[in-house]
Amino acid sequence: MPIILDHINYIYSEKTVYEKAALKDVSLVINDGEFIGIIGHTGSGKSTLVQHLNGLIKASSGHIYFNGEDIYDDDYDMKKLRSKVGLVFQYPEHQLFEATVYEDVSFGPKNLGLKGVDLELRVYNALKAVGIGEDLIDASPFELSGGQKRRVAIAGVLAMEPEYLILDEPCAGLDPKGREEILELISKLHREKKITIILISHSMEDVADYVERLLVMDDGMVLKDDTPQNVFADYKELEKIGLGAPEVTYAVQQLKEKGFNIDGTPININQAKEMILKGIFND
Amino acid sequence: MGIIKTGKLMFDYIRRDEEDKVIAVNRALDDINLDIKEGDFVAILGHNGSGKSTLAKHLNAILTPTEGTVWVDGHKTNDEKSVWDIRKTTGMVFQNPDNQIIGNVVEEDVAFGPENLGVPTNKIIKRVEESLKMVSMEKYRHHSPNKLSGGQKQRVAIAGIMAMRPKCIVLDEPTAMLDPDGRQEVISTALRLNKEENITIILITHYMDEIVNADKVIVMDKGKVVMTGTPREIFNRPGELEKYRIILPQVSRLAIELSKSLEGFSLPVLTVEELTMKVMEYKNANNTRSY
Repeated sequence: MPIILDHINYIYSEKTVYEKAALKDVSLVINDGEFIGIIGHTGSGKSTLVQHLNGLIKASSGHIYFNGEDIYDDDYDMKKLRSKVGLVFQYPEHQLFEATVYEDVSFGPKNLGLKGVDLELRVYNALKAVGIGEDLIDASPFELSGGQKRRVAIAGVLAMEPEYLILDEPCAGLDPKGREEILELISKLHREKKITIILISHSMEDVADYVERLLVMDDGMVLKDDTPQNVFADYKELEKIGLGAPEVTYAVQQLKEKGFNIDGTPININQAKEMILKGIFND
Repeated sequence: MGIIKTGKLMFDYIRRDEEDKVIAVNRALDDINLDIKEGDFVAILGHNGSGKSTLAKHLNAILTPTEGTVWVDGHKTNDEKSVWDIRKTTGMVFQNPDNQIIGNVVEEDVAFGPENLGVPTNKIIKRVEESLKMVSMEKYRHHSPNKLSGGQKQRVAIAGIMAMRPKCIVLDEPTAMLDPDGRQEVISTALRLNKEENITIILITHYMDEIVNADKVIVMDKGKVVMTGTPREIFNRPGELEKYRIILPQVSRLAIELSKSLEGFSLPVLTVEELTMKVMEYKNANNTRSY
């Protein structure tokens, strides 16, 4: 079932001198099985938006429907919503606090009321999904590398078996190989477990390579909602709001300006290679 | 001897149990020998856990060697009497902008360092002004730091160091938490201080596009220096880099893909501008041949 945002407004520090509209009239439908990216410069409202999706922040006005139910109804079960919509914060490893990897990952499902074999299964499956081996299950989270800690933190959310997984810059601070590994992991969860993914990223290259639908946020509004291909075709618009396009998009654009005969806008290496080779030989 | 020199530098992280008995020794730096000339821009690349931050912390005596020696401007870092001189010589900028700003107003924050050094008030005012100008933040002098963007906060942190008149700045992944705009601001600020003020810059990063303008690049793995060279030399060894968990920027990888189909297409390519230039050259040469 989709998540529907219906005219959502959110105002920080309402009725004080610091009053600021963080979300302005956002309406959005997030369908099952989508892989959505969100880009926008710092302060554009990305993080505020996703924190609405599992009820962590309550909109100043507007409605959010999950499975057809209004999550702002008085008798709505927020706990159930949070087990279905998992949110992985920035630097999630800062929130690891238990003595062992096992205990940390089991914290969420335990709070959902799971016990015994069911609980154990959840934990083992989640750790398996993120590629943490059984040898690390009793290790202290603090003995792990940065990339491993982040996987454990993601496993903690996966153990709740969410249908929607929201990740707020899951690659920040990781080395390039670590970034690739986390993105591959997310992509696999989407493909194999059919989890709906919402990925916030600062990297134009990453969203171009992975997502199917791209939202561009600016000043609390959804400025664009389209395929990455169409969004990046209009990269000059993106530059105006402090964003840009993948490097290869710029390379091909520069070639076009120098009289190269190329049609279209590439957003990844393969597309760019094909277009440039054509431009060299077909003239 | 350069401004920073390390000789057979070793560092162990030692874990002890409740009774102070050593239970694990983890060698974080293993035989590091560096000699960095004043005015150089040196980049240090390495994956998470390769030892680069541990090395950075040795360059202004936050950590001191388990074995071997680190000299900063001629002072040994394990000589306690030199610590003040060393910290005046080498300033550090860390990853998280929010952890290193303490003032309520930008100019207050920048003045913190020179104040601690006992610089007279009238001179502090002058230094604060100059330093903010160097990082193009003079307009924000009276602003509150917590309303600034990440890139602006990092530039204020750099100004705070510049106000202490250092010879060297060590930046430890200063852009890891910033958006593309913020990254650009911080890197171009570091480069400008290097070129215009002759400040020695040591930039620790994961991102290869930030090291294009460095004089020298050092790659670390498992606490050792595994590669050294100019950016161009390092960019030309992608296979080896991948082994150390470093990946080339997208445009450099595109160039490698093109070279597989274009005989004689020269590598490496470091920037978008270089790629377009080389493709144009190739096309022109190719067309001339076919006429």
